[in-house]
Amino acid sequence: MSNQHTIAVRCKGVTKTYGSGDTQVHALSGIDLDVYAGEHMMLVGPSGSGKTTLISIIAGVLDRDHGECSVFDHDFNAMGHNEKTRFRGQNIGFVFQLFNLIPTLTAAENVAVPLLINGVKQSKALQKAREMLHRVGLGNRTFSLPEELSGGQQQRVAIARAIVHDPRLIVCDEPTSALDHETGHKIMEILRTIATDNGKVLIVVTHDARIFEFADRIAEMDDGRITLITDPHHYVLDKKKK
Amino acid sequence: MNFIAIKMLIGNRAKYFGIILGLTFASLLITQQSSIFLGLMTRTYGFLTDTSLPDIWVMDPKVQYVDDIKPLKETESIRVRSVEGVEWAVPLYKGLLKARLPNGTFQACNVIGLDDESLIGGPPVMSQGRLSNLRGSDAIIVDSVGARGKLATVSPDGKRVPLTIGDTMELNDHRAVVVGICEVQRTFQSQPVVYTTFSRATIFAPRERKLMSFVLVKAKPGQDHKVLCQRIQQATGLAAYTKDEFRALTVKYYMKYTGIPINFGITVVLGFIVGIAIAGQTFHNFTLDNIRYFGTLKAMGASDGTLIRMILLQASVVGSIGYGVGVGIASFLGLVSGNTELAFQLPWQLLLFSAIAVMVICAASAVVSMRKVIKLEPAIVFKT
Repeated sequence: MSNQHTIAVRCKGVTKTYGSGDTQVHALSGIDLDVYAGEHMMLVGPSGSGKTTLISIIAGVLDRDHGECSVFDHDFNAMGHNEKTRFRGQNIGFVFQLFNLIPTLTAAENVAVPLLINGVKQSKALQKAREMLHRVGLGNRTFSLPEELSGGQQQRVAIARAIVHDPRLIVCDEPTSALDHETGHKIMEILRTIATDNGKVLIVVTHDARIFEFADRIAEMDDGRITLITDPHHYVLDKKKK
Repeated sequence: MNFIAIKMLIGNRAKYFGIILGLTFASLLITQQSSIFLGLMTRTYGFLTDTSLPDIWVMDPKVQYVDDIKPLKETESIRVRSVEGVEWAVPLYKGLLKARLPNGTFQACNVIGLDDESLIGGPPVMSQGRLSNLRGSDAIIVDSVGARGKLATVSPDGKRVPLTIGDTMELNDHRAVVVGICEVQRTFQSQPVVYTTFSRATIFAPRERKLMSFVLVKAKPGQDHKVLCQRIQQATGLAAYTKDEFRALTVKYYMKYTGIPINFGITVVLGFIVGIAIAGQTFHNFTLDNIRYFGTLKAMGASDGTLIRMILLQASVVGSIGYGVGVGIASFLGLVSGNTELAFQLPWQLLLFSAIAVMVICAASAVVSMRKVIKLEPAIVFKT
């Protein structure tokens, strides 16, 4: 279970609006959310509820309009462009729905990318990438190109890439939606095993009810607001009652 | 990140080869057409290059280029010789005369008449015979390209028999005997070049009051050539140019009064546009194809500077390969056409010019791609 004492991510009154005039869309309308060190938080909700916008703001790839949002006591809005980029490179790991592996790089080279971005030498980065692939069970596929791997294997490569540089926060956008049930479960087990050690924070955006059990807490969103924060057991029970 | 940039580039084979093909074509077109243009321009003053001994050329003030002959009186050479600072001054005849070949056909020849005593102004290289053989009766020396080509006789079985030493021909109804074969630069109009003595040239030429074309002048050691030119002009009323000035005058004439620069210029510009259109567009498409991955790199912490360096590296790689292959093909074509009518000159300055042109194409392509990547929102990575 998570360490309930240290707040890793704090959002208070966060708003985000896209467009203007008649086409204005309020993606987030005052989000309050605390995520603790070592916690595995899931953001769930229907399409258009603002999950991806919130995770983008928390990950520092999108600017909020109003409110406060800090990650490990760092406010992205107070940082310059380069400082923000550097912070992301050192502290945040990303897992995407469609993996976003560079198709012309081998598995090991893809995993090595965050290390190379952080200035690690190529040979050392590739060595560490191979070790990480070994940890996610792909030690024998280090030279494979993404197209030679199954969806589950590609997502494992993406997970290895997200954690190879030992980030403190890992954000995952629908990590199992492109995978079958069994593979999705395996992926979540790997994420739970590897990604939340040493007080790391894991925030997963998902629609996939089959993986709710892996969360420490679930935050349900609707229409740009958080409507419920609870543990997975109560969340499932609550859904069944409704 | 360099190896990632390279692997992203070469991994997309179709686009990679497309960009290189575009740059190769641009480089080839720019280099080859400019080389031919330069070759043609070189031919316009080829005679000046061959006649290397004199420092100064004296001529009628109305002469506009080396083939624009406005004859002088022979006594002018004596007047020039008397100018202070002149080491020697000799007459030179240059004119187009009709040669009648043994098979009865006629061919216009560029006849050069050298000073009888010194034979100054002769061909730079003798491949057969000696220059002094011109002192023989009816003697002429013919250039090897002319001897093998336009002056060659055609035997009854259709074979071309080159003109050789001992063969005779008629120049303006006067008998001429070949006593030597020389190597000269090809002329602009590709006519055969025939050397003889000045006095014999005036016999070959139609009878006119004035028959001397130029006075060739050597300056005394230490004498400033430009100052001497002014002195000759003042003393004789004739035009006097240093070799470089006369060369520039000739090129200027062809540049100004012929359509050559415009025609070749259009082709070179076309090569540039083709390069921009094919290579630039394909490179831009390549960036668009990879925009999601650039976005992913940006989200993962790659700075704009890193991404710009990656794009510049990619542009440099395709630029270098495209330039190299294009220039290589152009050089090969130049080598193959070395002994043909095709004019071709590829100095290092032209290689530099092509390199700059290709660099501009690559830079233009890269700038468009860089703008796209810099403006890219990393949040794109969460969009499906």
